[in-house]
Amino acid sequence: MELTSGLTRRQVLGIIGKTAGVAAMYQAMTALGYAGESTEAATRFALHGAPKDTSILILGAGIAGMTAAYELKKAGYSVKILEYREKAGGRCWTLRGGDTFTELGGATQKCEFDPGLYFNPGPWRLPYNHYGILHYAKTFGVALEPFIQVNYNAYVHSNKAFGGKPVRYREVQADYQGYMAELLAKSINQGALDQEMTLQEREMVIASLKSWGALDDNYHYGKTISAAWRRGFEVNAGGGLMPPEAASQPLARRELIESAFWKRIITGQLVEFQSSIFQPVGGMDMIAQAFARQLPGTIRYNAKVTNIHQDERGVSVQYTDTVNGQALTEQADYLVCTIPASILAQIPMNVGAPMQAAIHSLPYGASSKVGLQFKRRFWEQDDFIYGGISYTDLPIRSISYPSTDYGHPGKGVLLGGYTWEGPNSYEFTAMTPAQRVQKAVEYGAQIHPQYKTEFDNGVAVGWHRVPWTQGCYGQWGDDEHLREQHYKNLCDIDGRIVLAGEHCSHIPAWQEGAVLSAQDAISRLHAKIVAQQ
Amino acid sequence: MNPLFTYAKRATTATLLAGGLLTAAAQAADEPPMTLSGSKIAAQSGATIYQSICQACHQADAQGAQGAGFYPALAGNMKLAAADFPVYVVLNGQNGMPPLRGLLDDAQIAEVVNYVRSHFGNHYQDQVTAEQVAAKR
Ligand SMILES: Cc1cc2nc3c(=O)[nH]c(=O)nc-3n(C[C@H](O)[C@H](O)[C@H](O)COP(=O)(O)OP(=O)(O)OC[C@H]3O[C@@H](n4cnc5c(N)ncnc54)[C@H](O)[C@@H]3O)c2cc1C
Ligand code: HEC
Repeated sequence: MELTSGLTRRQVLGIIGKTAGVAAMYQAMTALGYAGESTEAATRFALHGAPKDTSILILGAGIAGMTAAYELKKAGYSVKILEYREKAGGRCWTLRGGDTFTELGGATQKCEFDPGLYFNPGPWRLPYNHYGILHYAKTFGVALEPFIQVNYNAYVHSNKAFGGKPVRYREVQADYQGYMAELLAKSINQGALDQEMTLQEREMVIASLKSWGALDDNYHYGKTISAAWRRGFEVNAGGGLMPPEAASQPLARRELIESAFWKRIITGQLVEFQSSIFQPVGGMDMIAQAFARQLPGTIRYNAKVTNIHQDERGVSVQYTDTVNGQALTEQADYLVCTIPASILAQIPMNVGAPMQAAIHSLPYGASSKVGLQFKRRFWEQDDFIYGGISYTDLPIRSISYPSTDYGHPGKGVLLGGYTWEGPNSYEFTAMTPAQRVQKAVEYGAQIHPQYKTEFDNGVAVGWHRVPWTQGCYGQWGDDEHLREQHYKNLCDIDGRIVLAGEHCSHIPAWQEGAVLSAQDAISRLHAKIVAQQ
Repeated sequence: MNPLFTYAKRATTATLLAGGLLTAAAQAADEPPMTLSGSKIAAQSGATIYQSICQACHQADAQGAQGAGFYPALAGNMKLAAADFPVYVVLNGQNGMPPLRGLLDDAQIAEVVNYVRSHFGNHYQDQVTAEQVAAKR
């Protein structure tokens, strides 16, 4: 929007706020480029002109809390964060050798990985279209590297298909595509789609299917060199007097379809997983550490919030120092609360019934992850798998190989299990950490027999046992009714309090949701504060 | 429940695990089955269902846990007096506790509710049936 009158954006907003109210002002802010209408605008986000001596207290130093703190500080507010943990990041968290983690129930794990090796128990990948989180990573100089989502040489496995023998992803993809092309080409040739398409269109479609599926001149998918260029060769082309290349036998069609392995090739095609997708070099918490460096002296650690109160004059938050047990109070003019709803539901807070109902209605989803260190990178050395993900229907669900340090001669850490919802997430969480690791090794050995001799040590996190989230993410689920009833009430400002975080977003279980939620919440809060001046 | 007793019990378990003294045989006897297919938990008895799901949050001794928030104890919990209440909570969840109606069928919910109401210092005699659970879905 062009401003020609000579007024500053802030002055314009002030006028709109006084005359037309906060809602109109928020709309105007969107138009002026303060608040984001499209998520891409997250890269240009900035607030300006905090009224003098206005303080905002933030609860939680996860990605949402630190986004809010960073931007509110830049706008001129006096900002402080209270954080339960001894460090910043919340779910943005990495475990390295020497780290310890005590879960709910009291079990303590000491991570024994070699120097330089790590495991991300929570977030681990950043799609290119998560503009907000990537914006902060880039602004703070966090080094990024490609995360290998799709690896054509990784495995797809089930004990119920192909005799329990893992097959390569490229074989599943090429064969599924080939057979589907063949079936469709055949049915077009038999006149099944004559009503759907003109002759010219049918000819074009058949030509495209032949090329798309690597079909032969009879529109058949089979053991051909052109199919081998997709699924891999029985004998690879070599040099000198080495044997000539040879085509490979596709998987049997019926067994492939019944195996449901084709489900695995969709994931990498979803926008959230398409290339390019990234990871921070050295662990996801590099982003948390970078945020924290931008906020020197702002975060009060080891502070367990126990009560939140607001009145006409301001907000007052009671917290306990978890190191010495001291009860303390912090006051401010306004509050941004990013404590997960699972925990916030258990903290007394005087907000209205609609927000209260929303907080008490949001269940938290289940997930578990296991990090395993092996004595050597056998997946690279023996199986030629460099990064990426193998899929299985065993309880571990997937194995993900490190997207970094390829060819390194020493030890390596892989993700030995990643469950998401479903019975296995609860079962893994219900185990002791030692049992989780033991089970992950036991099941993983069915795909990589090398596990039996190469396993070194491991750590395992069940997200409902994480003391500061009690769950993986706000599970709005597919029940649109839940969102319809409560989402707006969760996000609306209540007096001096606004909530933010992954749970206050349409992008659950992604850091982008935390960033966009924080930007949106503080835009509305800022609009309200400025309007009240 | 006597807090000293609880403490002693926890310490023993921890020591056993740390020392790796738990033999494979002993573990196998205690271990609930893992679900290998389908969307319902494989465990069928009250005890193994408890160990497969409820224990993830309420803990092995049903004493609950304390962190930034808490999981309530089910041990000696007066709110279990009427079976309807735990049946309702398991079906529909409560605060952060997710609804478990999708993971457990009616018979499994009856089993685990009867188990919790007659263990961990709870001594309720009446039993809830799968039919009664079905009526609450
Ligand atoms: C298994 C898993 C995989 C994921 N994968 C990805 C991924 O690949 N990419 C991605 O971008 N995202 C991923 N996510 C999602 C991402 O981790 C979250 O969306 C994001 O980190 C949430 O940030 P937040 O600030 O909203 O909450 P949090 O990070 O949870 O921050 C909340 C903060 O509040 C603090 N707190 C809690 N209670 C209290 C209290 N009583 N007093 C004071 N402080 C308190 C907590 O300690 C915490 O620091 C994943 C998450 C999980 C669990
Ligand atoms: C994912 C974690 C989780 C799992 C798994 C879980 N619960 Fe819960 N449970 C909770 C939470 C959180 C609460 C509510 C605490 C609160 O009121 O804020 C709760 C509350 C309850 C309550 C109410 C107790 C009270 O005092 O209000 C009962 C009863 C209960 N759970 C039974 C069960 C049973 C039985 C199972 C297994 C079938 C189970 N729960 C599994 C987390 C869990």
